[in-house]
Amino acid sequence: MSYGQSSVVREVGVDERRITVTVNGEKRVVEVEPRLLLAHLLREGLALTGTHLGCDTTSCGACTVLVDGTPVKSCTMLAVQADGHEITTVEGLGTPSELDPVQEGFSREHALQCGFCTPGMMLTSHALLESNPDPSEEEVRWAISGNLCRCTGYQNIVKAVLWAAEKKSGGVS
Amino acid sequence: MYPSRFRYEAPRSLDEARALLTRFGDEAKILAGGQSLVPLLKLRFAAPELLVDINNIPGLDHHREDADGTLRIGALCRHVSLERSALLPGRHPLMASAAPLIADPIVRNRGTLVGSLCHSDPQGDWASVLLALGGSIVALGPSGRRTIPASEFSLGPFQNALLPGEIAIEAVVPAAQGHVSGSYLKLERRVGDFATAGVAVALEMSGDTVTRAGIALTGVGPSNIAATAAEQALTGRALTTDTIDEAAELAAAAAQPRSDHRGSAAYKRHVVATFVRRGLQRQEVGAAA
Ligand SMILES: Cc1cc2nc3c(=O)[nH]c(=O)nc-3n(C[C@H](O)[C@H](O)[C@H](O)COP(=O)(O)OP(=O)(O)OC[C@H]3O[C@@H](n4cnc5c(N)ncnc54)[C@H](O)[C@@H]3O)c2cc1C
Repeated sequence: MSYGQSSVVREVGVDERRITVTVNGEKRVVEVEPRLLLAHLLREGLALTGTHLGCDTTSCGACTVLVDGTPVKSCTMLAVQADGHEITTVEGLGTPSELDPVQEGFSREHALQCGFCTPGMMLTSHALLESNPDPSEEEVRWAISGNLCRCTGYQNIVKAVLWAAEKKSGGVS
Repeated sequence: MYPSRFRYEAPRSLDEARALLTRFGDEAKILAGGQSLVPLLKLRFAAPELLVDINNIPGLDHHREDADGTLRIGALCRHVSLERSALLPGRHPLMASAAPLIADPIVRNRGTLVGSLCHSDPQGDWASVLLALGGSIVALGPSGRRTIPASEFSLGPFQNALLPGEIAIEAVVPAAQGHVSGSYLKLERRVGDFATAGVAVALEMSGDTVTRAGIALTGVGPSNIAATAAEQALTGRALTTDTIDEAAELAAAAAQPRSDHRGSAAYKRHVVATFVRRGLQRQEVGAAA
């Protein structure tokens, strides 16, 4: 398979790299043009359209995925750079029957309106709780400050993350 | 948005990187955190023939002190490592206060201090920090290694003293003497925005006397500006209302702000004076405590 240009028409002689990326726990071997962005590999190459492209200028955080557990704007990382790394997208966060506490929190606290920022917001929040299981409200706000919600629904997003923290610590069921 | 086509190499050692850079000269661009370069590639403001990705080169992600207190920050030390550093808060207060104010948390996960210096954006915060601390940049190139003082590094917007084929491997901050204090003050319209104006203040004191003052300005000129007259006005004197006011006025005079969407030139100049005053007053309180 070839990504980076139309996967139907493939120009001969274009420099392509074979990379191995673990996406949501599954090892994927793909050939990519060096200029392909990670966001496009995920969305168009691997059909994981949960990763949203918002501003496409590194400002909004909608395209955030986890690279080895760390939030990264996937519109600003080359797919070749993911070679040998583990990527988590929103599709890998939980399953419908077993939601990640952050997903459950977003549902319970009505933390989404249009939903466009939600995947990036949840991945950033998930990473926060991995490194800081008991964040203060201030720490939650700080952690998500690189993810913009154009509906300005921050209040409930913060509540959702705090709910998830409590759930993870066994505080709510 | 797609960048235009480029060749891509991800060398595993500095020697390999150096060989590539020597061969391609100014046709090559180094890719560090990519948080400034990738957006430029996507907008096609930059279209290099070769991208040399240094992220796989081991031994560049450090920030550590030599035995004599010299601080070294490697080319792959990310903003987030400096933000979370256990070393910086006590010993390098200016650096510790600047780190969380760079961009937003996700950009900080990838972006590097050295990359920020090399990008030479006059809105970049780290260049002011390095100027105020009297730091330097270590470059490795076709003809060997050299050290470039921060004061000679930036040559204008997005221009610096690196020669084609040179790679910056480290930023260096000399050891401070006496009682050390400092802070970075930044006015931004929202988290993640570049500075409307920023001020780095670094002081070394012996008793009540300022033995070294570093003051540098962000976002108010074609490069980050060292406010040398303000620094000199403080050196050898105590921090008093008078000396602080004098330094604030001299720093404001050194600024070369332009009116833009972030504010008028007069407003930015006023912010510089206010920030210098605040930065110094903090230290005055700190010294008394
Ligand atoms: C939304 C957003 C907000 C931001 N806000 C701020 C802010 O408030 N303050 C601020 O200071 N910065 C800000 N930045 C920029 C950010 O700090 C970048 O991380 C930094 O400017 C570049 O570092 P990098 O490692 O990402 O470098 P890259 O993007 O990889 O490279 C930048 C340039 O430096 C060159 N370069 C990189 N490393 C080396 C090296 N070792 N030797 C020689 N050349 C090298 C590259 O070739 C390129 O020309 C922001 C960026 C974004 C996207």
